[in-house]
Amino acid sequence: MSWEFLCDLLSGVNKYSTGIGRIWVAVVFTFRLLVYVVAAENIWKYEHDEFECNIKQPGCENVCFDHFFPVSHIRLWALQLIMVSTPSLLVVFHVAYRQNKHHNQRLYKSPGEIDGGLLCTYLISLILKTGFEIVFLVLFYKLYNGFKVPRLVKCNIRPCPNTVDCYISKPTEKMIFLCFLVATSCLCIVLNLSELSYLIFKYSVKCYLKRYIKRCQ
Amino acid sequence: MDWGALQTILGGVNKHSTSIGKIWLTVLFIFRIMILVVAAERVWGDEQDDFVCNTLQPGCKNVCYDHFFPISHIRLWALQLIFVSTPALLVAMHVAYRRHEKKRQFRKGDQKCEYKDIEEIRRQRFRIEGSLWWTYTSSIFCRLVFEAVFMYAFYFMYDGFRMPRLMKCDAWPCPNVVDCFVSRPTEKTVFTIFMIAVSSICILLNVAELCYLLTKFFLRRSKKAGNPKHHPNHENKEETKQNEMNELISDSCQNPVIGFSS
Repeated sequence: MSWEFLCDLLSGVNKYSTGIGRIWVAVVFTFRLLVYVVAAENIWKYEHDEFECNIKQPGCENVCFDHFFPVSHIRLWALQLIMVSTPSLLVVFHVAYRQNKHHNQRLYKSPGEIDGGLLCTYLISLILKTGFEIVFLVLFYKLYNGFKVPRLVKCNIRPCPNTVDCYISKPTEKMIFLCFLVATSCLCIVLNLSELSYLIFKYSVKCYLKRYIKRCQ
Repeated sequence: MDWGALQTILGGVNKHSTSIGKIWLTVLFIFRIMILVVAAERVWGDEQDDFVCNTLQPGCKNVCYDHFFPISHIRLWALQLIFVSTPALLVAMHVAYRRHEKKRQFRKGDQKCEYKDIEEIRRQRFRIEGSLWWTYTSSIFCRLVFEAVFMYAFYFMYDGFRMPRLMKCDAWPCPNVVDCFVSRPTEKTVFTIFMIAVSSICILLNVAELCYLLTKFFLRRSKKAGNPKHHPNHENKEETKQNEMNELISDSCQNPVIGFSS
């Protein structure tokens, strides 16, 4: 089990997505997943080993690290990627359910065939994706007091005898990648909101035109 | 998900590239991505562990390392490769959009549509003309810009392309000016110069491809201006023959990840 599963899931949903949805998938694959796997993971690999406090007191480093990093940036990033991709499962389940009902006949051969039921599911998945993105950004902000990674943190938790200076490894590099993460999250939020507006507008116009034609007849 | 996925995506674009574009792709895969994965990552693997400062002051090493290496060479290369490969996705999206339109025409039973079935549309290679020419040219231009920006960022951040053996650091909490020693400086210099050289080759290839496309564009325009008589049937037959030839000699990479070639 690895990121391949997520890739397969998103590729499967791609078939039923609009143009903006496909751009979203491309952004998630290229700028988030790929950057995470080939670059970001290695930066945070030895974060605990390289976290150093100016003290010999056993246990002080462990306690301070745990205090300042309750959940590591990289784990939060991974959770965010998983949660943000999961609402797409709703669309997959919906299609599978409908195809099962119609005796495994292939439905929705093109994105233009998205009907009311699938459209609702798709819109819900978009809202959930956007919601998860915002929740994780807020969580990042609240947990780490912004998106900055300081070089030095001062710690005075037991068993540290006094206020102790603790040094974080590679703070600048971590901050650069955090900024990258925030920028790509914001881009994905913008794409989701654009897709939501586009779909709502398109289908409202369609509904309105249908009613107008019925009234004329 | 790793460099293999990027290779699958770019492999799909290969079908619609010019010959210079295919050479560029080969150089990218073999001399940049492969070298990064099999060699460079190992050279930089122990960079912080083996970065040693002549002091026992806790925290001094961390701070000095962070000061001299705000972002590691290996990460900068990884970002450069990702950004440089991304414009090809524009071409992939454009081709997917064209295929989608042709499939729609085919399903509507459009008489103008000359394809026998959907598989033929999927396998068809589009010529680089019209709006696809603009997309392709913009993607090459973006690639050039990204390459140049990253090379400049390297030069600016590390004061050239040499990795020194010794760095003098006086950032707090280091008590005085402290000598810090970088691990494997010569090997890192060799790989840095290699990567910069290959980046330069890729820039030259992109410039050559851009010139080739512009020359082709102006030649085509002057031919059209000089030859007002238009033979649509003859041109269609020529296009079909060209497409068939291209089918025989081009790759048959399918792209299941993004679905752009489907």
